Amino acid sequence: MTTTAPFPAPAKTVAEPAIVEAEHIGKVFHRDSFEVVALEDVSLTIARGDFVALMGPSGSGKTTLLNMIAAVDRPTSGTMRVMGQDIYRLNDREAARWRNEKIGYIFQTFNLIPVLTAAENVELPLLLSRLSKSERREHVETALRLVGLQDRMGHLPKQLSGGQEQRVAIARAIVSDPAILLADEPTGDLDRQSAAEVLEIMTRLNQEFRKTVVMVTHDAHAAGYAHVTRHLEKGHLQA
Amino acid sequence: MAIPITYNLRHLRQRPGATAMTAVGIALTVAIALFILALLGGLRQAFARSGQPLNVLVLRKGSTAEVTSTVTEQQAALLRTLPGIAKNAAGQPMVSPELVVVVSLPQRNGAGPNNVTVRGLGRIGRQLRPQVHLVKGRWFHAGQREVDVSQSVARRYRHAQVGGSIRFGQGQWRVVGIFAAGNTAPSSEIWGDVHQMQGDFQRQGVFSSVLLQAASPVEASALVRRVSSDQQLELHGIHEQAYYAQQTQSGAPIELVGWVVALIMAIGSCFAAMNTMYAAVAYREREIGTLRMLGFSRPSILGCFVLESLMLAVLGWALAVVAMLPLNGLTTGTMNNATFSEVVFQIKMTPTVLGWALAFALLMGLIGGLAPAWQAARREIVSALRA
Repeated sequence: MTTTAPFPAPAKTVAEPAIVEAEHIGKVFHRDSFEVVALEDVSLTIARGDFVALMGPSGSGKTTLLNMIAAVDRPTSGTMRVMGQDIYRLNDREAARWRNEKIGYIFQTFNLIPVLTAAENVELPLLLSRLSKSERREHVETALRLVGLQDRMGHLPKQLSGGQEQRVAIARAIVSDPAILLADEPTGDLDRQSAAEVLEIMTRLNQEFRKTVVMVTHDAHAAGYAHVTRHLEKGHLQA
Repeated sequence: MAIPITYNLRHLRQRPGATAMTAVGIALTVAIALFILALLGGLRQAFARSGQPLNVLVLRKGSTAEVTSTVTEQQAALLRTLPGIAKNAAGQPMVSPELVVVVSLPQRNGAGPNNVTVRGLGRIGRQLRPQVHLVKGRWFHAGQREVDVSQSVARRYRHAQVGGSIRFGQGQWRVVGIFAAGNTAPSSEIWGDVHQMQGDFQRQGVFSSVLLQAASPVEASALVRRVSSDQQLELHGIHEQAYYAQQTQSGAPIELVGWVVALIMAIGSCFAAMNTMYAAVAYREREIGTLRMLGFSRPSILGCFVLESLMLAVLGWALAVVAMLPLNGLTTGTMNNATFSEVVFQIKMTPTVLGWALAFALLMGLIGGLAPAWQAARREIVSALRA
């Protein structure tokens, strides 16, 4: 099922190339003596610059699919190409580097490191780059300014509100300028006002900075910010 | 670049109770190790500094210590004629036939009698030991029942002060001076005239050893070979420094008992560190998953948790050093198994001792931290994030 976004997508003069190409993805979990089918024959193409919402009830396989795009989970069958890279051919170390450079991940529970300040949390992905300390500092300031938290750089997560924490998490996700932002229920733990702020930032990142956004949500209002909404039901992607 | 060190430091600070308990556990073990190392360090230093590089000690063939050795006056006279022996300003050969006996003296603190080494020697004997100098009174006169005692003997034994009189051998000996020997072997000794001692201990015509000074290091080695290979002499020469190095074996019982205790405690400390680190890994599973998601590799996670365990170990070491530092320089004594007399030495917390204790602490930290860190690194990202 496909729905239309409340925000118009930027005008596309030519067809954008696919950034995510999933073909016949299947995932089976083994729990004790049971087999749990999380995904079955899922094929999905996401174009560069898209804002896609993945919706579905709990246990439908949304997060599993998102984790597969991030190369942290592997399918039992099928292939996945992200930015032209067959990501399951990467070994553990290559996958880690690939994730660091290409993917920005936003968690439902923010997942900030509690003992590090907002700036230090945002800086984490850059520690794996070759940037100098001053360059890293510049990137961190830019990312935090983009989410409106330049005055909270020295604050610890516990000194921030939930909405602010998620904005710091978004800054951390974009600081290394990845092509794709993956968000797993980014507004699930937020009040309406904070959720709206977060969704507006994600929309801005998509429209102004041409980030491809894939967002898992079960909130129809949040899904309304996306250009395209795809539904998963018991591991099947609805047409 | 790895996960920043501030991450570990702040986590340790965030759990002050667990951090302190683990560090104290490690500190207790390190304190034991530190104590043993400092004792042995002091003992080794006492013996190592005792020997002069040019001095050669001559003992009876088969003897390993002066108290069990005998050298006749004829043998001593032959040694005096050997080539390569240095001469003093007066042109006398630097040869000192000496008598070493062990006597029992009552201690000042009422702890009962203790064995003390008494050395009979002449003026040349003093010249052969330039590290020894008089701090009070005067040197004994030849032919008199007079002795000089070391500072530690004066401090520890009854009547062993200038003007006092101590009883051994055939009767009373007047203490006429106190000497300092800078934590070397003579600092546990009493010195008197060798001929007077021979009479008193009924050893006429017999010495325990002969100390020679060679004219050069090459001559010293040549003297050792010459004395040991001379079939007629039936004596055995050894560099004085090597002789005292052998005496370090006196510390072997302390070393053995100490290390057994330290090893048992170390196993406990390793488990304590392991327990703390397993708890840290369990508590921070989601952080581990997040860090992996951000691109940190398994080796980075492994290194991060090992580093944290090593930090605990360093903290434990620092606590142990602070706790043990007041013992630095403390004078104590142990039985010299070779002479059956007490050897006095100082507990020495040298940089080497502190370095070895640090290595010991780090080893405990490494062993304790490796398994939990390995578990953290092996964790799958998806399951870590669900924790």
